[in-house]
Amino acid sequence: MTFPILASLILTPVAAALVVALVPNRRSELHLPLGITLSMIPLALAGWLFFAFEKGVAGYQYTQQAWWYEPWGMSWHVGVDGISLALVALTALLVPISLAASTSIVDRTKLFVVFMLILEAGLIGVFLALDMILFFLFFEVVLVPMYFIIGVWGGERRIYAAYKFFLYTALGSALMLAGIIALAFFHRDQAGLLSFDYQELLNLQLSDNAQLWLFGAFGLAFAIKVPIFPLHTWLPDAHVEAPTAGSVMLAGVLLKLGTYGFIRFNLGLFPQATVDLVPVMATLAVIGILYGAYVAIVQPDLKKLVAYSSVSHLGFIVLGTFALTQAAVEGAVIQMVNHGITTGVLFLMVGMIYERRHTKKIADFGGIWQVAPWFSGVFLFTAFASIGLPGLNGFVGEFMVLMGSYSTLPVAAILGAFGVVLAAIYLLWAYERVFTGPITIEENREVADLNVRELSLLAPLVALMLVLGLYPNIVLDRVSPSVEAVLDRMEATTTYVVPEPGPLFDVLGGGQGE
Amino acid sequence: MEVTAGWYMSLAALLFIIGAGGMLIRRNALMMFMSIELMLNSVNLTFVAAGKELGSLDGQLAVFFVLVVAAAEVVVGLAIIVSVFQHRSSASADELSDLRG
Amino acid sequence: MTDFIWLVLALPAAGAVFLHFFGKRLGEPAAGWVASLLVSAAFVYAVLAAVPFFQGTAHPESVVLWSWMPAIGAEFAIRWDPLSSLMTLVVTGVGALIHFYAIGYMHGDPRFSRFFTYMNLFATGMLTLVLADNFAMLFLGWEAVGLCSYLLISFWFTKPSAAAAGKKAFIVNRIGDFGFMIALMIILTQFGTLSFDVLDDPHLGLTTGLATAVGLLMLVGAAGKSAQIPLYVWLPDAMEGPTPVSALIHAATMVTAGVYLVARNAAIYEMAPIAATTVATVGALTALWAATIAIAQKDIKAVLAYSTVSQLGYMFIGVGSTAYVAGMFHFMTHAFFKALLFLGAGSVIHAMSDEQNMDKMGGLAKHMPVTATTMGIATLAIAGVPPLAGFWSKDEILGSAFNQGGWMVVLWGIGLLTAGITAFYMTRQFVMVFLGKPRWDDGIHPHESPKTMTVPLMALAALTVGGGFLNTPFRTGLERYLEPSFETVEGAIGMAHPAEGSTAWILAGVAVLAGLLGIYLAYRLYAGPEERRERVLQRFARPIFTWENAYWVDRFYGKTIVLPGKAVAGWAAFKFDLGFIDGIVNGVAGVVKRFGATVRPLQTGFVRNYGVMLAAGSVGLLIWFLSRGGL
Repeated sequence: MTFPILASLILTPVAAALVVALVPNRRSELHLPLGITLSMIPLALAGWLFFAFEKGVAGYQYTQQAWWYEPWGMSWHVGVDGISLALVALTALLVPISLAASTSIVDRTKLFVVFMLILEAGLIGVFLALDMILFFLFFEVVLVPMYFIIGVWGGERRIYAAYKFFLYTALGSALMLAGIIALAFFHRDQAGLLSFDYQELLNLQLSDNAQLWLFGAFGLAFAIKVPIFPLHTWLPDAHVEAPTAGSVMLAGVLLKLGTYGFIRFNLGLFPQATVDLVPVMATLAVIGILYGAYVAIVQPDLKKLVAYSSVSHLGFIVLGTFALTQAAVEGAVIQMVNHGITTGVLFLMVGMIYERRHTKKIADFGGIWQVAPWFSGVFLFTAFASIGLPGLNGFVGEFMVLMGSYSTLPVAAILGAFGVVLAAIYLLWAYERVFTGPITIEENREVADLNVRELSLLAPLVALMLVLGLYPNIVLDRVSPSVEAVLDRMEATTTYVVPEPGPLFDVLGGGQGE
Repeated sequence: MEVTAGWYMSLAALLFIIGAGGMLIRRNALMMFMSIELMLNSVNLTFVAAGKELGSLDGQLAVFFVLVVAAAEVVVGLAIIVSVFQHRSSASADELSDLRG
Repeated sequence: MTDFIWLVLALPAAGAVFLHFFGKRLGEPAAGWVASLLVSAAFVYAVLAAVPFFQGTAHPESVVLWSWMPAIGAEFAIRWDPLSSLMTLVVTGVGALIHFYAIGYMHGDPRFSRFFTYMNLFATGMLTLVLADNFAMLFLGWEAVGLCSYLLISFWFTKPSAAAAGKKAFIVNRIGDFGFMIALMIILTQFGTLSFDVLDDPHLGLTTGLATAVGLLMLVGAAGKSAQIPLYVWLPDAMEGPTPVSALIHAATMVTAGVYLVARNAAIYEMAPIAATTVATVGALTALWAATIAIAQKDIKAVLAYSTVSQLGYMFIGVGSTAYVAGMFHFMTHAFFKALLFLGAGSVIHAMSDEQNMDKMGGLAKHMPVTATTMGIATLAIAGVPPLAGFWSKDEILGSAFNQGGWMVVLWGIGLLTAGITAFYMTRQFVMVFLGKPRWDDGIHPHESPKTMTVPLMALAALTVGGGFLNTPFRTGLERYLEPSFETVEGAIGMAHPAEGSTAWILAGVAVLAGLLGIYLAYRLYAGPEERRERVLQRFARPIFTWENAYWVDRFYGKTIVLPGKAVAGWAAFKFDLGFIDGIVNGVAGVVKRFGATVRPLQTGFVRNYGVMLAAGSVGLLIWFLSRGGL
């Protein structure tokens, strides 16, 4: 038997959490460094997996299956394809970085580190699970540490935000659980056996009506997670109140549970309903893009601004997902990674400036560039990545989504493109007020520039922004076949036809990464 | 006279009623606790008796589960009662009404 | 040579990276020299690589570097053809001169090396734009120059006006990009790729209607970048940046990207006469509109800014009337003389201790002979005095437009009128700055600028004098040079050529007359007796007031777009989002909470109460089951 890399990826964070838990509280200064060090193990594993992953293969790799309770068709079944690979790597990367950014957490550090590591295990598990019960388990496991991270180490309204986050998302997943069980029973009706195995369930023949209901059950859970307008109001509260590490994980990875779920389950299991509901989802996506961006413009709080910008960026992902073309879905997947990186850095930096000034109000700043040029430079770089400046990572996803969406959803693509204009407005206007101009408030003179620790934890992400912007094929090569498989299935099971690319497509050896 | 399953069942029912009555009447948490144990064991008795009557091992199997759970419950429950007693110098359940809605 | 054409890009890119990390250690002026020499090296390489085009022996070539977004046919690939090489030569050539100039101009600035980092980054972006082999990479360059424009306009970011101007430039450009992106969506969907291969035969994928749509949408993008109506408002504000930036980005290179875009897409505009005519019309209107504003400006750079907008309008007339060579020709000569004008203005500002108000200048010719002479040449060139560069290119554009007939003749008329106005305001500027009596503030001692600044001025002056001869009606060098790039242009309209024979002579004569008239009037007015000037200006007080305030367009946009936009955003964010949507969410939570409060008393806190309930419940269930006749 080969080395169970995927199981290790899920279990090493748990083991790391146990190790950290064993360190007594009187040595509390050890918890964070130990946590960071140990979280390097899953990162190394994820890095190895990323490069060992065989490109150009659509199916699941490194699969592992063991019965858990056979009569009910539940098993430990994990596997990785291009789509989940990208997100696993993102998770493994963001955890050590957000831990390293948490030096300001001095109260109950042990618990914090343990929760972060369990969160990591849950997130990686969600992406790797190929069994619906296992998926649901991890999907729910994620909630618990996040609830505590917001509720214990959060800002002033942390309790409210934590409740709102938990109840809102739990409500969605309750419906999803019902959907999962229904699927298993459909399987029993058709194949004689209960089964929760994703790949088994793909073979179900579901009536249009059943697909619609199940799409709704799954879709609501995912729509809350994404979040899709009008289910988004938990997000600004949760983001603003969460500690920096919490915001990074929330925006970086947690939101992608929703978009990942849409691609994996809604597109995969309910193709007919997906095709039928494209207009609805596209409308909501476009509303999200424009509304999130528009509302972000006037936010007085820097963190809230970034939070609303996430609503907008996630709208692009949803649009790309439901555009159902190769370019758009690929764009959606890489946008998930890119948004995780850029928004992660934005939250990290808002956290850093909060540590210095104990305020996040835009009006409390001004002229920071003079005293903190490195900070301002990195922030500007990231802001432009987020705006979607070509050459940086944010562009690749948004551009592919927009370009790919036009053939199936022309109006949505055109309206969505306007979100790119709004992104420039809200970020640059905020940047102008925070970083440029003269220093009008005396406290701002004392703002220190980035120190070595901060610079070194931002550096890998900043480098990735550039690398993924110029050579996104690192990710696209791996994602592309999996996306193609999803769309092929869509074509095979419904009357939907992925639009043919134009006459010159083949001139460039179209579609295949070189 | 042969002791048939009915006798066991009756005994179990009697034990259960005693347990339930104790549970409802006694104020002392420790006594309530013992009443609960009595109820659990009355159920164990029915399991064993029914298992014997039906010739199945399932009954005894269930008893093991109940025993294990009961043991665990005793550990936690006693610990709570002792700790409450230390704090309040009383084990009256009626005084422990902090969870009133 | 072509295989390594990426060096042209890589040299300034390397400079930007190097200066970003080591510039400060390198210090002044070494950082400036590194930057300038790298751009010069790129220029030299570009010249060598363009030799086959000069000889007319080579064909356009593409060099693929690496794959970018395969699903939409975007890769990093360079197209080396006459059109891109011409742009490259101007960008690197004029760019290098401006880099050298900036060494002197930025002397003593605390962020000296950072300035050159941005300048090199800009050169990289601009070269990416012109060398791109597909629309995605063109868009990369397009946005990268926007970024550099943002960085360099707000270079003195402690000034709120500079920071705001940078932001405004980027956002207005983004509005243009919105149109551009939609054009790209159509192209991608119709052709399946964003490669410039689509331009080889647009008929393959576009109907006339779609071609018109693409053409108009590209015009939106081009209008943003090239500061045309209605998106020109950012360019005057962009003058907040250091003067070399205004010369390089906002006169010679970046702002001409829109012209390049139209020329590059000649094949599409050929299919869409309506779009092409719209381009020309927008150009003509902008040319006139901006020229009138320039008449009344007091800031030396503001005059040049509006003049640039106006001249870009000329280029749009050129490319819009399908006189692509004329448009590109004017781009080139404009790069020479407008860069010269800006650098000269910079030299003046430098000498006047950062004074920009022309009312406080005058009589500088004596003190700054080189600046005055070179700027004088440039003024004559932009006024269209033969045989300077501006004359040839402007004449070609006007001639081509006239030759098209129909609506284009009207545009020709507007262009002619603009030519006269241009001559007028440029002469006004020259007189106000260099002639007459000094009107300086106390304590200002003007002096000629250092060599690093005057040498580029002289080089640009030489180009301004000689550049026009590259393409005269007698010897059409540039046209033959560019021909391979426009081979495919053979659609409905065909490529426009200037009039020939006696018509050409008459048209040229009229244009020159218009210019001379403008010069004469301005000279008479501004160099003449003050009392007469006062009287004349008094008589035209109203229009002058309107022009001085640039038709209040900024205020109009502010009142109709920015303010209502913000108000609605505020409503959406605080009333709708927090009040309504979140209100519903919290309302649902409130209902649940109230229900909880109602049933709360059931939880008495007495364990035995729960026991009774439990027992009662069990008994109740038992009775129910039994009443149904067993379990």
